[in-house]
Amino acid sequence: MLTVTGLSKSFFGVPVLEDVTLRLHAGEVHGLVGENGAGKSTLMKILAGVHDRDAGTVEIDGTPVEFHHPTQAHTAGLSTVFQEFNLLPDRTVAENVFLGREPRRGLLVDKRAMNSMTSALLEDLGITSIRPTTTVGSLSVAQQQVVEIAKAISYDARIVSMDEPTAALAGPEVDLLYAIIRRLRARGTAILYVSHRLKEIFDLCDTITVLKDGRVVGTEPASAMDDAALVRMMVGRPISAYFPEELPGTAVGPALLRIEGGGNDQLDAVDLTLRAGEIVGVAGLQGSGRTELVEAVFGVHPFTRGRLELDGEPYTASSPRQAVRRGVALITEDRKSQGLSLDQSVLDNALGVIRSVFPRRTAAARKEVPGVLSSLEVVARDLDQEVQYLSGGNQQKVVLAKWLAVDPRVVLLDEPTRGIDVGAKIAVYDLMRRLAAEGKAILMVSSELPEVLGMSSRIVVMRDGRIAGELPPDSTEEQVLQLATGARTERATR
Amino acid sequence: MNAFSRLTSTHIVYLVVLLTFVAGTVLVGAAGRSFVSAGNISAVLTGTSVLGFIAIGQTLVILVGSLDLSVPYVVSLASLLSAGIMANQPGNILPGVAAALLVSAGIGLVNGLVVSGLKVHGFIATLGTGLIVSGYLATNYKGSAGQTPVAFRLVGATGIGPVPVSTLIMLACAGAVLLMLTRTRLGHHMYAVGGDIRVARMSGIQTGTPIVAAHVICSLMAGLAGLLLAARLGVGSPTIGAQGGYDLLSIAAVVLGGTLLSGGKGSLVGTLGGVLIFAMIDNIMSVMQINPFLKDVVRGIVIVVAVAVYARRRVARRATRFGHHEHVRNEQEVSA
Repeated sequence: MLTVTGLSKSFFGVPVLEDVTLRLHAGEVHGLVGENGAGKSTLMKILAGVHDRDAGTVEIDGTPVEFHHPTQAHTAGLSTVFQEFNLLPDRTVAENVFLGREPRRGLLVDKRAMNSMTSALLEDLGITSIRPTTTVGSLSVAQQQVVEIAKAISYDARIVSMDEPTAALAGPEVDLLYAIIRRLRARGTAILYVSHRLKEIFDLCDTITVLKDGRVVGTEPASAMDDAALVRMMVGRPISAYFPEELPGTAVGPALLRIEGGGNDQLDAVDLTLRAGEIVGVAGLQGSGRTELVEAVFGVHPFTRGRLELDGEPYTASSPRQAVRRGVALITEDRKSQGLSLDQSVLDNALGVIRSVFPRRTAAARKEVPGVLSSLEVVARDLDQEVQYLSGGNQQKVVLAKWLAVDPRVVLLDEPTRGIDVGAKIAVYDLMRRLAAEGKAILMVSSELPEVLGMSSRIVVMRDGRIAGELPPDSTEEQVLQLATGARTERATR
Repeated sequence: MNAFSRLTSTHIVYLVVLLTFVAGTVLVGAAGRSFVSAGNISAVLTGTSVLGFIAIGQTLVILVGSLDLSVPYVVSLASLLSAGIMANQPGNILPGVAAALLVSAGIGLVNGLVVSGLKVHGFIATLGTGLIVSGYLATNYKGSAGQTPVAFRLVGATGIGPVPVSTLIMLACAGAVLLMLTRTRLGHHMYAVGGDIRVARMSGIQTGTPIVAAHVICSLMAGLAGLLLAARLGVGSPTIGAQGGYDLLSIAAVVLGGTLLSGGKGSLVGTLGGVLIFAMIDNIMSVMQINPFLKDVVRGIVIVVAVAVYARRRVARRATRFGHHEHVRNEQEVSA
C-alpha cells in the first residue's frame, strides 16, 4: 500500500536518513524500531509532510506522492499520530477532531453533525466513554491519546503512523490502545508503529524494520525475531547488558528516608522506608499517586499528615528548595517543561540547581561539569549549545548532571527513561547502579514494568493514592499488575 | 467550594456584575440618588458603548494570541477623518464613515500582516503602528478639526427608551462577532491559533488568516468607536483616543471578562460583562462625586482581584482524592 524507496534526508549537511526502503501492506502493523537519532521521527515527519525529502520516492498504491504540508498527506489517506499531542486542551473533543475542516451548513459550523460524527468515530474504535462535548483538558492522558487517534483516522486514513503512542500510558490503557490498533488492522488499515518498548513491538507487529544511524538494518517478520536479536540489531550489544547488575560493594545501609502515615489530598497512609544503597521501584497505573508520592517527598505538594525523617532527623519537605538543601533530588517525568530550560545552554542547565540553592559552591561545581557530562557520555557540540537541540537521551543526561552537581543523598526519579533510546537508557541504569554503590537511596517511578523489575531491590505498588503492597525483585509482571489494579483474579494475558 | 469551582469564568464575571449593580444601588441610594432611574441606566449604558466596541475587537486579538496597542490612535484618526470629510454636510455622512472604516481596516491589515507574516509579537507590532499614527496625528492636527452634521450627531444622542442607539449598535456588532466566533470556521480557528499555533498548523489551518482577520476586525471596531466619539463631540479630536486610555482599558476589560491573556481561551460575553463592570464603577463614582483618581484605584483592585481568582481556579483543577472529614478507610483494600 505504501512504498518508500531510496529515501534520503540531511539536516544542515548531516545525513539523517540514507537510502531508506520500506514497504507497508494493508492490514499490517509494521514496527519501526531504532535508537533515538536513528531517524525514525524524521522518517515519520517526511511521510506526514512536515519535512521535505532530499531524494527517493514515496508511493501510495503505486502512485508517487509529494507532500509539503500535513493536509496533503491527510488527503492522500496517510495520517500520523505524533508523540506530542496535537490537541487543544481548552477545546472540546469534537472541535479537536474536526479542527481545520469543521463540517458546515451554509456558512455556519454544524455542531450537531460534528458531535455525532465524532461519536461515530469513537464508537468505531470501541470507545463509548468519551463524550464529544467534553473539554479535552479534562480527559485523562489515555483518553486524550484515543482522541488523537480518532482525529487521525477521521481523515479516512488508510495508512496510520504512530510515534510512541504508549509513551504516556500504563497497564490497561495500553491494552485499550492494543484493541484499537487491532481493530484498525482488521479493517485493512496499514499501521506504522514506532515504539521503544520491545514488548509492544512483539505484541502488536507483524513485521519489524530496524533503523540504525539513518539506514535500514533489516526488515523481518516479527515471528522470526526475539528480544535479543532485535536489541542486537538496534545497538549491536546483547540483551544481557540491558539491565546492568548491581555493582560490587553495594551494601544496603541505614534508613535515609522514613515516611510514616504520610498523606495529603492525593495520598494517604503512606509508609515507606528508603535505605542507603537501595533502588526502590514504584509501580502503579497512571493516576495511582506515583508522581504525587515523589512530589510530596520533594515538597512540590507536601505531605499534610504523617511523620517524615531524613537521616534520622525530622524532615519537613515544605518546598523543593528545602528538599534540595536536605540532599533530596527529583528528576521529574516531564524533562522539557520541568527539567530543563530549553533555551539555555548545556552549562547553564547543568548548573541550574546549584546556582540557585548553593550559590557559593557554583564556581567549584562549574569546573566539574565537563567531567560529569563526559562520564554520562553526553553528546553535545559544546557546553554553550542550547539543550533544545540535543536528542531526548542527551537532554535527560543533562538533567541528571544538574542533580549530580548538588550531590544528593536521596534521588527520586520519575520515569527516568521515558522517550529515550536504548543506549541512553542503559547509561541511566548504569548511573543508578553507581549511585547505589555510593550509598545513595534511590526511588524510581516507572510505567515500564521490565525496568521496574530489572532494576529494583524492592517494588512498591501504588493504587488510588495508597501503597497497595510491596514485592520482591523476582516478582512477575502479572503480580505487579494484580496489585496495581486490585484484581483478585488472574488477569487474562496473551 | 465545589459549586464555586464548577462555575466558568463567565459566570463569575456576571456574578461580579450583579454585585457591582447591588453595590451601586445601595451606595447611590445612600447618596440620595437613584442608580436604577431611566436616566442613570441610560448613562451607564452610554458609558459601555465606546469601550464596548474596542473591547470586542481586543477580545479577538487576544484570543489569537496577539495584542492591539494601536486602538487609541485608530480611534482618534477615525474621528478626525470622518469629521473632516463630513464637514457639516449631511450628504457626506456616508463617505465620511466609509473612509474612516476603510483606513481603520487598513491599519488592522498592516498589524495583522506584520504579526502573522513577519512574526513580530502583537505587542511590538501595534506599538509601532500606534506610534506611527500618533506621530501623523500630532504633526497634521493641532487640535479638534472638522464637524459632524446634526443627523450624524443624533446617533450619539438618541435612544430607544433608556437604551442609547450607540449601545444597540455595539450590541449588534457583539452579536455578529459572537456568531462568527462560536459558529464559523474562522472563529474556531481563532481559538485554535491562540491555543497552540503548532497544533493549528498541523491540523491544516492557514494560521495567518485568523490572525489577520482578528486584527482587521479589531481596528474596524476601534474605527466605529472613533465614529461614535465624533458623533458625540460634533468634531474630530487627535487626542480623544489617548485620553480615554482605551488600549490598556480594553485589555483590562477582556482579561476581567475571563479571557486568557495568552490566548486560546475566553469568551466575548465575558468581555461585555467586564465592560459593564467598568461602566458601572465609573457611574457610581461620578454620581457620588468621588475623586476621579480614586476611580482608577478601584478599577485596578477589581482587575487584580479578578485575575487572581481565575488563576486560583486554574491551579485547583486537580481533584482532591483524600478530603479532610469525609474520608473513610477502606479496610478491604489491605487484603489485596
